[in-house]
Amino acid sequence: MTNIIIIIVSTLGTIFAMLAAIGLIRMPDTYLRISVNTKAATLGVGLLLGAAAIYFGEIAISSRVLAIIIFIFLTAPIGGHLLGRTGYISGNKLCDKTHIDDLKDQYNKKTHELSSKDQEEASAEKENK
Amino acid sequence: MSLYDYLYYIILPLLSLSLVFVFVRFLKGPTIIDRVIALDLIVTIGIGIISVYSIIYNQPNFLDIALILALIAFLGTVAFTYYLEKKNKND
Repeated sequence: MTNIIIIIVSTLGTIFAMLAAIGLIRMPDTYLRISVNTKAATLGVGLLLGAAAIYFGEIAISSRVLAIIIFIFLTAPIGGHLLGRTGYISGNKLCDKTHIDDLKDQYNKKTHELSSKDQEEASAEKENK
Repeated sequence: MSLYDYLYYIILPLLSLSLVFVFVRFLKGPTIIDRVIALDLIVTIGIGIISVYSIIYNQPNFLDIALILALIAFLGTVAFTYYLEKKNKND
């Protein structure tokens, strides 16, 4: 019975890792590739590590697996955000089918600070009053 | 077909194939950011392979290596992006 559960869980994890690898090749754009990366990191590796936890079935090993999964879940979005920010600042183009670019002209090119035009307008209105 | 045969002959080759796909992107990647993403994904799939290996060889100690590999992958991504952003700041 345990073997069947391990087979199902590890197969699902492998399918997710495989989908992420295919997506990394086929996605047209750096930012879409970043989004693919996070999916493999969370579900693919989470399920494969879960299979190991089910196989050994001890609290010492299950807690270790839980620590790895929580660490990956915490760090994957941070890494994705940093990669996307650096890619945007270094001038990577969006793909042709993306129409909305909310960050356009919002980054200061020298200091790399993010500013919002709406906020500047609001503060200007306050000063006028 | 036992569990070990299934893991050894189906799961591990599929994971290796996905590693090859990611490596293609690592070689092709038009910008350096794409290469950093591919590197991150290679280490992530490597953690999955380590966990499957620990089942096949009945060695739970391998999972410690997976933890350290996850740490190094995160630190590598952060360091790469930090210095790439600094490089653009100066020109």
